[in-house]
Amino acid sequence: MTCGQAQWLHGYFDGELDAARAADFEAHLEGCAACAQALAVQKALRAALGGADLYARAPASLRSRVGAQLSSPRAGRVSRGPYWRGLAAAASLVIVLVGAWRTVAWRADIAEREVGKQVLDAHLRSLQLNHLTDVASTDQHTVKPWFVGKLDFAPPVVDLSAEGFPLVGGRLDAVGGRSVAALVYNRRKHVVNLFVWPTEGPDTAPRMGEERGYTRIYWTRGGMAFCVVSDVAASDLSELARLLSRS
Amino acid sequence: MLPHIDAAYNLARWLVRGDAEAQDLAQEAMLRAYRFFGGFRGGNARAWLLKIVRNTCYSWLESARGARDATEFDEEVHGVAEVTPESLAIAGANSERLARALDGLPPRFKEVLVLRELEGCSYKEIAEVTGIPIGTVMSSLSRARRRLEQALGAEDGKEAP
Repeated sequence: MTCGQAQWLHGYFDGELDAARAADFEAHLEGCAACAQALAVQKALRAALGGADLYARAPASLRSRVGAQLSSPRAGRVSRGPYWRGLAAAASLVIVLVGAWRTVAWRADIAEREVGKQVLDAHLRSLQLNHLTDVASTDQHTVKPWFVGKLDFAPPVVDLSAEGFPLVGGRLDAVGGRSVAALVYNRRKHVVNLFVWPTEGPDTAPRMGEERGYTRIYWTRGGMAFCVVSDVAASDLSELARLLSRS
Repeated sequence: MLPHIDAAYNLARWLVRGDAEAQDLAQEAMLRAYRFFGGFRGGNARAWLLKIVRNTCYSWLESARGARDATEFDEEVHGVAEVTPESLAIAGANSERLARALDGLPPRFKEVLVLRELEGCSYKEIAEVTGIPIGTVMSSLSRARRRLEQALGAEDGKEAP
């Protein structure tokens, strides 16, 4: 009754086989009465299930209960009354918004990882001989004007020598296909690159990532994206990010 | 999440049978899903919610019946009447009978059939909801369908001895 190919029948029936396997099984069906019959049985079964109205939709009472409860700060209580519908609608809206925000955050996460890779590449490039700075100066009032005319935005430049992160200089770099400002800081003989470029969207809190032994922290503030990357201790980098995002 | 409330209730309804229990469990699962939204890492919201519904229902089933009848009959134990498309069409034409046959299956068979045939889930989604490895979803469905066919055949025997 069954044959060696019968194992693929359900995958074929459900459209879950890859194209090659599906074509093989289709060819097999031509000559195998047992499999053809078994497939006909599956079609009949699905037709019966589909025609029997077996799907149990949520009753209105459940909709109201869940809607009311999700919109209520006192979870665990069920509200009753004519304002159910309003509450349910409000809850749906909140949930949709949260869902949308999550999706955006998730996409941003991917974008951030991509940026992280490019930032690290730029950092490693900068460590090669004579690539670190275009303008070598510990004076923020020298470094900041240097960018004028070279970029379509004005990156904030601060010296943090007093805090243990002396400014070394700045240079132009490229991240994500656009020109960005790179500011170079030192920390106990380690080089820290701070990349700055304009961005859209709301401010985001600093987030740390790691790649190939380098740590990076990314945040946005006031329409600018900031990313510091270095091989210093993560705690040192956090400290720098904190100082920069405060200033 | 509220758009998937039908899916949540439908799965609960089939797993635990009673309407009141299904409503309570679907509600509990949705609140739990809402509370733990931070655990949601993008991807398929329906599958994620259904997974929570399923786990909630299984916990309830376990506590409701205890270890009493945890063993299920194996499909090979029963004698099998020959199933044909014609006999299935006749048996399936009776919705109540079909519902009874589906309802009588053990949860692990019922859930894959409900997810696939009623909810229209892909194998990937079924794997996500039930925790069955993706590679064995096909054989699980194959067994579950066989069981349903048998159950319909048995119903056949009851009505026409």
